[in-house]
Amino acid sequence: MIEDFSSLFHGFGVAMQPFNIGVMFLGIILGVLIGVLPGLGGANGVAILLPLTFSMSPTSAIIMLSCIYWGALFGGAITSVLFNIPGEPWSVATTFDGHPMAQKGQAGEALTAAFTSSFVGALFAVIMITLVAPLVASFALRFGPPEQFSVYFLAFCSFVGMSKEPPFKTVAAMFVGFALAAVGLDSITGQLRLTFGFESLLNGFDFLIAVIGLFGIGEILLTMEEGLSFKGRSAGINAKVVWETWKRLPRYWMTSLRSCIIGCWMGVSPAGATPASFMSYGIAKRTSRNGANFGKGEIEGVVAPETAAHAAGTAALLPMLSLGVPGSPTAAVLLGGLLIWGLQPGPLLFVEQKEFVWGLIASMYLGNIVGLIVVLTCVPLFAAILRIPFSIIAPIILVICAIGAYTVHNSVFDVMLMMVFGVLGYLLKKCNYPLAPMVLAIVLGDKAEENFRQSLLASQGKLGIFFSNALVSTIMTLGLIALFWPLISNGLARLRTRTAA
Amino acid sequence: MSDHTHGAGSAGPSHRAVETGVGIGMAVFALIVIAGSIKAGIGWGAEGPKAGFFPFYVGLIILVCSIVNVVQVRTERSRGDLFADWGQIRQVLAVVIPSTIYVAVVPWTGIYFASAALIGFFMRRLGNYAWSLILPIAIGVPLAFFIVFERWFLVPLPKGPIEAWLGY
Repeated sequence: MIEDFSSLFHGFGVAMQPFNIGVMFLGIILGVLIGVLPGLGGANGVAILLPLTFSMSPTSAIIMLSCIYWGALFGGAITSVLFNIPGEPWSVATTFDGHPMAQKGQAGEALTAAFTSSFVGALFAVIMITLVAPLVASFALRFGPPEQFSVYFLAFCSFVGMSKEPPFKTVAAMFVGFALAAVGLDSITGQLRLTFGFESLLNGFDFLIAVIGLFGIGEILLTMEEGLSFKGRSAGINAKVVWETWKRLPRYWMTSLRSCIIGCWMGVSPAGATPASFMSYGIAKRTSRNGANFGKGEIEGVVAPETAAHAAGTAALLPMLSLGVPGSPTAAVLLGGLLIWGLQPGPLLFVEQKEFVWGLIASMYLGNIVGLIVVLTCVPLFAAILRIPFSIIAPIILVICAIGAYTVHNSVFDVMLMMVFGVLGYLLKKCNYPLAPMVLAIVLGDKAEENFRQSLLASQGKLGIFFSNALVSTIMTLGLIALFWPLISNGLARLRTRTAA
Repeated sequence: MSDHTHGAGSAGPSHRAVETGVGIGMAVFALIVIAGSIKAGIGWGAEGPKAGFFPFYVGLIILVCSIVNVVQVRTERSRGDLFADWGQIRQVLAVVIPSTIYVAVVPWTGIYFASAALIGFFMRRLGNYAWSLILPIAIGVPLAFFIVFERWFLVPLPKGPIEAWLGY
């Protein structure tokens, strides 16, 4: 523990280097832009900008990328409050009370509340990561292939169980991801598979291309279909408004704390920020004294979802760092970045790359402070960017996506592939297939398969190895419970009504 | 995203038809995966399970799921939901077609020229802007990308005859 704190202080030293502070500001500003613009979400934005960081040191690079992520989390609130358009799925719940507040002329208050809550949520989650991640990592050091596979199993099962989309669609989307990950060179036997003689498929499908296509191009097509035009409220935010709002916020400490806990829990399990924000909003509405005013512009209705979304978004990095299992698509992209830099996320990272890990964790503290300052001071600027008509911004986003796809492997084939993924993403999203599990499966497919096959090799093909000791059986059982959770909770609810009747 | 356009007054492909199509597409994809896996070997080899072992079962699961999905769509009572009306589809195609042409010509013209053309086309067709606004943006944006990528980050992007003519 003591040693961890000294590592953390050393990390602050790394993160405070002038270059890294500059990188933080750049990352936050890019991130807010990404969060504000349609078609450029957190996952997609990080994927596009990833190749640009190849020339930096891994620590600076991950600081920049994670700051882009914080920025995107902050940015979603701006569009929700001012334009009633959630820039990101996790800010949908913020529109419920944020936009009515803006309509009443309280845009400044709503934004201040949203940003401050985001900051509080993130801070809570970072403290949790600081305390818990080293413990999880040292525990996970003992994991062999069966345990590692069971962790993946748990992650993917939770996706199916918690998804609000039909389970068979979630499973289908996920396994399409696994199939895409399997294409190309088999890492164990060195044999080619599923390439059908196409040379371009030798290296398989890169998840970055899939992310840029599915989330970027797909989102532009959806926006185009809805034919939306931005008509927003103007934001008057100044020091006085900020100060007045800050004086009101401590009253909602209970909502805030509850939302932090919900956010951390949902973020660590791969449910993610979006359900966390809805759940937190729902509970706040039910328990608050002002519950009846929710939806009409209640400041508490902004605090609850924003705190939870940001806490979840941050907490998603805990399993990514300590277990190598990302809690969200964006965390998955960050994990992909680590792999490209030759850093293997997981428990060993805490042993072998101490400086990197603690530099990153320290940058989470600083990045969120920088983020709060940037968004509070630059709101009018970002709102002005949103007023640029879609017919100008859309082709520019398309070009950015194409450049991002090209720079991954310097291949024009990837750019075409991105377009295919884009149309696919549009179709799947319209048909209620969730895209996040698909992306996660593309990222983790090879690892999951490797651990699965190594386990089977050790057991001579018997599946019993996944229940061979207490640890692995517990995780597998948790996975099965998560998988069938909708059925189980249904059954429990029915039992309860029967005993009540 | 879940509230689909209702049938009254507008026309377009039904949600059911598109969803069936997507399901069948996935089933076909699953069959391709299964065929490829069998070719790679799905049995037990010297290093444990062969290369096709894992993807074979992955393909099998996709196949089962897509069959369930298609059956579910076909058996539930149709509410006459539209996937999108023709106007919306025209809007989507107005992005898909030029972008597809864009990614197809990038290998020949380079990315800068193609990007300028794409931005110009969008602004003219969808925004009806005057050329006096279109030209500075359509030329300025790719130029800015050129400076950022080729100069600052030293990341070369695809270039074509125009850049060669300018000496790059």
